[in-house]
Amino acid sequence: MSLRVENLKVYYRTLAGDVQALDGVTFGIADGEIMGLAGESGCGKSTLGNSLIYLSGRMKYVDGSVELDNKELPIADMHEMDRFRYKEVSIIPQYAMSALNPTRKIGKMAKEIIESRGVDYHSILPEFTRRLELVGLSDDVLRMFSLELSGGMKQRAVMVLSTLLNPSLLIADEITSALDVSTQKAVAEMLVEFRDRGFVKSMMVVTHDLSILHQIADTILVMYAGHLAEKAAAEVIINNPRHPYTRLLISSLPEVGVTYAKKRLTGIAGTPPALLHPPTGCRFKERCPLAFEKCVEQPPFIEVDKGHFVACWKEI
Amino acid sequence: MLKIDRVTKVYKVGTFGGDEMTAVRDVSFDVNPGEVISLIGESGSGKTTVGRMILRLASVSGGSITYNGVDISTLKGRKLKSYYADVQGVFQDPFSSYNPIFKADRVFKMIKDAYFPGMSKAEWRSKLGASLEAVTLDPVQVLNKFPHQLSGGQLQRLLIARALLLDIRILIADEIISMLDASTRIDVLNLLGELKSRGLGIIFITHDLSLGNYISEKTVILRRGLIVEMGATEKVFGNPTHPYTKMLLASVPQLHRKWDEVAKELEVSDDLLIDPDAAKRVYESVGEILAPDALDSVLVETESDHVVRYSPEEAKEKMKSPAKEKKKSPPARKRG
Repeated sequence: MSLRVENLKVYYRTLAGDVQALDGVTFGIADGEIMGLAGESGCGKSTLGNSLIYLSGRMKYVDGSVELDNKELPIADMHEMDRFRYKEVSIIPQYAMSALNPTRKIGKMAKEIIESRGVDYHSILPEFTRRLELVGLSDDVLRMFSLELSGGMKQRAVMVLSTLLNPSLLIADEITSALDVSTQKAVAEMLVEFRDRGFVKSMMVVTHDLSILHQIADTILVMYAGHLAEKAAAEVIINNPRHPYTRLLISSLPEVGVTYAKKRLTGIAGTPPALLHPPTGCRFKERCPLAFEKCVEQPPFIEVDKGHFVACWKEI
Repeated sequence: MLKIDRVTKVYKVGTFGGDEMTAVRDVSFDVNPGEVISLIGESGSGKTTVGRMILRLASVSGGSITYNGVDISTLKGRKLKSYYADVQGVFQDPFSSYNPIFKADRVFKMIKDAYFPGMSKAEWRSKLGASLEAVTLDPVQVLNKFPHQLSGGQLQRLLIARALLLDIRILIADEIISMLDASTRIDVLNLLGELKSRGLGIIFITHDLSLGNYISEKTVILRRGLIVEMGATEKVFGNPTHPYTKMLLASVPQLHRKWDEVAKELEVSDDLLIDPDAAKRVYESVGEILAPDALDSVLVETESDHVVRYSPEEAKEKMKSPAKEKKKSPPARKRG
C-alpha cells in the first residue's frame, strides 16, 4: 500500500469558528493506482489533496495520520514535511498555466527548484530534456520565458517539472478543467503515460468531472461535505454505484446522445450543508430520498464488496 | 426573428494595432422563437464573439445582424433600449457579473429604474416573485443578500431571472453552466428547456458537446471563426461528417464509453489519434494537428438540415454525387 490515510481531519480557521472541511477520512491508494477524487465544490476534495503536501496558514491539522510507503508523513509539521515535498509527494497545481515564474526562463526556474531540493541540476538535465521531448517539447523551451509558450505547452512543462524527481505520490488538482476538450484528452492520457513509465508511482486526480475519471482512473473516491461517500473501481462507480449520492450524481450528468426532449434528467434537490456547523450523522441525509431514522448517526465507511467501500446505512 | 448574415469580426492586434485577426468569418444562422441553438467550439473559435456582437458589446466588421428586419448596428437611444428589452445575455462567471459592494438584487432595481419606472411597488413585487419562481429560487433565500452570500448556481439563476423580468424574446447564454456544480447544472439546463417551451429563442454557447446535445435543436460547430458543420442536433451528432466535429466527439470524455471505442466508431483517421507505439508522442491538442480549413472552402448541404464545410475540390465532388455519401454513412445513427 503506497498511501494510507487514517481518520484525517483538517479544518479551516475562520473568525466564526472551524469549518470542518475534511472530517475523518480513511482510505488507501495502492502502488501504481490512479485514484480519482470526485465531488462538488466545497466537498473537501481539494482540501484533502492539499493537506497531503502543504497545509496553508488557514488550514488546521486536527487529527489522523498519513503514511506513504510505510513512512509517516509529518503533514502538520511545515519544516519536517519539506523533506518529502517534491521528492516523495508532488503536486500539479490547479492553475498550472500560471504556475511558472514569468521573470525566469524555464531552464533557470527548473534549476532553482531542483537545487532547492539538494539535487544537482546538471546530472538531471539529460533526463529532463528526454521527458520534455516525450511530451512534444524540444529543449529550446529551457531558454524561453513562460509567456513565449502556449497554454498547452505551459501545462506540459509544468507536468514534466512536477514529476521530475519521480515522486511516489502525485496530486493533480483540477488540471483538466480549464482546458479545451482535445487538450484535455491529451493531458489526461499523459497522466496515464507518466504512471505507466514509472515517473510516478501512484496518483490522486482531483476533479469534479466523473467522465474524465472514467477514462483514466483505476478507482474513484467520491466525497460529500467533508466525508467519504464511496470508493470503488472506476467501472463500478460509473455503472453500479451504491451510495445514493453517487447514484443521483451520475444520473444527473448529461451525455452525448441524451436529450432534453427524450429523456429529462433531474438534479439533486437542495444544496450541500454548510461545514461551519455541519449536521450530525450522514451529511447527505437532508437531500437523500432514502434517508431514515438511522441516518442521524454517521454511517461507517466499510467494504461492502471486494474493493468497494460505501458509507451508507442502507448498504450495510 | 434574429438573423445573423455573413457576419465577420476583425480585431486589430499587435503593438500599434497594425495586424489584423479575424475572430469570426462569414457566420450565418437564424434564431427562431422556441428554439435552442448551440454554438459549440473550443477557445478561439469565435463563439463568444458571436454572442457579444448580438448583444452589441462588440461591433460587426462585416455582414449584418438583423432583428425583426432591422439592422441592430443602426439602433440608438430609445430603439436600442427596446432592443435590450427583447434580447439579453447571461455570462459564464456569475461572480464577476455582480458588483460585490452592492447587494445582489441591485440588478433587479436597475431593471426597474430603466424599464418600469412607473410601476407600483406591489405590482413590481409580484412581477419579481413570478420571475424568481420561474428560475426556482426562494425570494427569502436570495433577496437582500450580498453576492458572496449566495452560491454560484443561485447567482446564475438570479441573472436569468433578471433577464426574464423584461419579457425577452432571445437569451444569449454564454457558458452559463460551466461554473456550476454537477448536481445543480442539470437544473439550470432544464430551466432553459422550460423557457424554450415558453417561446424563448436561446443561443447556448458552450464548449461541452454533451450539454449542447442535451438541450438544443440546432447545433453550430465553430472552428477558428468558421462554421465547419451546422444543422439539426441529431444529424450533427448522429452523423458527424467534418473531421473536426469527429475529433471533438472523440475527445469528449463520456461517462459510459471509453475514448478508444468512440474513436473507432467514428472512424477518426489514425494520424489524428496518438500512435501508442511511437517513442515520441505528440501531445499537441488534436485541434492543432488538424489542418485549418482553407479560406475558400464552402459549406455544402449533405442532407436536409445538415451542412458541412468542404474544400472547393471536395465540394464539387459532393455536388456531383450526393446520394453516394448518404449511403456510406446512414443519417441519424443512434448513439450512446
